Amino acid sequence: MSADSTQRAIRCLIAKVGLDGHDRGAQVIARAFRDAGFEVVYSGLHRAPEEIVQATVQEDVDVLGISILSGAHNTLIPKVIDGLESYGALDDTLILVGGIIPEEDEPDLKELGVAEIFGPGTPMAETVEFVREHAGTGAE
Amino acid sequence: MTDHTGRDATEAIPDELLATRSEDPETALSTADETLLAEVLDGDQRALARVLTKIENRDDGARDLLAALHDHAGTTPVLGVTGSPGAGKSTLVDELTDHYREQDEQLGVLAVDPSSPYTGGSVLGDRIRMGSTAGDEGVFIRSMSARGRLGGLSMATSDAVTALDAFGMDRIIIETVGAGQNEVDIVETADTVVVVVQPGSGDDVQLLKAGILEIGDIFVVNKADMDGAAQTAADLEAMVHGQQPTGGVAGHHTPDASHPPTGNDDEAGQDRASERDGNEEIDHNDEASESDDTEWTPPVVETVATTGNGIDEFTAAIADHDRYLDRSGGGETRQQQRAAATLQRLLQRDIGAISEQLLAANGGLDALAAAVADRQTDPYTLVRRLTDPVTSAIEQHNRHE
Repeated sequence: MSADSTQRAIRCLIAKVGLDGHDRGAQVIARAFRDAGFEVVYSGLHRAPEEIVQATVQEDVDVLGISILSGAHNTLIPKVIDGLESYGALDDTLILVGGIIPEEDEPDLKELGVAEIFGPGTPMAETVEFVREHAGTGAE
Repeated sequence: MTDHTGRDATEAIPDELLATRSEDPETALSTADETLLAEVLDGDQRALARVLTKIENRDDGARDLLAALHDHAGTTPVLGVTGSPGAGKSTLVDELTDHYREQDEQLGVLAVDPSSPYTGGSVLGDRIRMGSTAGDEGVFIRSMSARGRLGGLSMATSDAVTALDAFGMDRIIIETVGAGQNEVDIVETADTVVVVVQPGSGDDVQLLKAGILEIGDIFVVNKADMDGAAQTAADLEAMVHGQQPTGGVAGHHTPDASHPPTGNDDEAGQDRASERDGNEEIDHNDEASESDDTEWTPPVVETVATTGNGIDEFTAAIADHDRYLDRSGGGETRQQQRAAATLQRLLQRDIGAISEQLLAANGGLDALAAAVADRQTDPYTLVRRLTDPVTSAIEQHNRHE
């Protein structure tokens, strides 16, 4: 009955997890997402997996973009994914990983629930397009 | 006073308007929303997060959910923190959450950031500075985009407060968009408004300007370890105390020479003193003491949010203001103001939707604008003709009453 017109916005969390202290790339992505009209929460540096999980749940984001350059992705990403699962938030969160991920690790990460991995040099438009196409499809 | 004017006012409302509210608003909910509501009331954070998204997106059923949540809300104190960008609002809020967590309060934090006027996108960065309680289940932080709205809050902020309140938060803190001079929406949503100022934010003429300085219940000079902090605090004190029309409370801080002596000045002073010592004398039915109850002089507190200096004084001032609202009935006044703001906001939104319908039914905005630009008609007549059916419907409805 209400006359409200819905105002849906794609919400994203850009997260830096672990000890990796380089966030130029994460900031560039955050800005590109903003310019694409998304609402971007940026986690800041040095977050623990539990903090990322909590932020993902509380902010109810459609997209979780994890940036890892440290090489610890095989340890940290499963922790984030387990955490999301324990909240029942895994299915409707699109999980993207950016940074330095060796090709041989990609299948395992995708098996875990990562939707796509964007390495260095990925055109920004490609990432934005991917989000537009896939975000929120798991939900509702 | 509010109480009985409140009751008088409701008598003027047609019976059917209040009576038709269904006893149980939950009956209007879809099954999915009913489950969601039960989960929120049960303290499920993920359900709360999803309800907030529905509220922000104005999804179908969001209003019905809010109607149901409204029944469970209305008791949680709401603290609003506003101030210019970079004054240290987020860091202060972080210190506050830390403080209230030590007292085992469950906290909801809404952090509003601006959205791009061009793309609608936004980077919500307040959460970064609210890290000290990260991982703590007792703090629920939600970043909100202003979604094009000016005024320091988003359209959804006060609805989000309702949801956090119903969830069972002990306290809700709202951080506004970094506000300049006229972003005063927060008054309509918060019980206590904190204005954060940083040293050197302008001379006393800046402080004289209307707007944000009129809304503060508490002023915080943050970064008090910087040069000019004492001057800024002094300027603020002078401003704030100069505002008091009676000059009564200012007497505590400045020599009373500037005020013409009145008959009961001394007596009033004593009442205030006794009130500060203990609350027994508050019932004292004296004009002067009564006006004291309804007067609040905003304190000016100096803090260094990054080190936690001054936070105890700050939280003491917040507690003082809570008590003041209790004893003066100011809390009820604010609740009523908040209700008025919500009613107007919803009405405007719905009426805005009706005007969209009117435009669409009459050829659309572009066609009508072209007609005006072509000088086929003038905008004033056109709008009157467009709204005629609505006004006559209202008149007809009134005649049938």
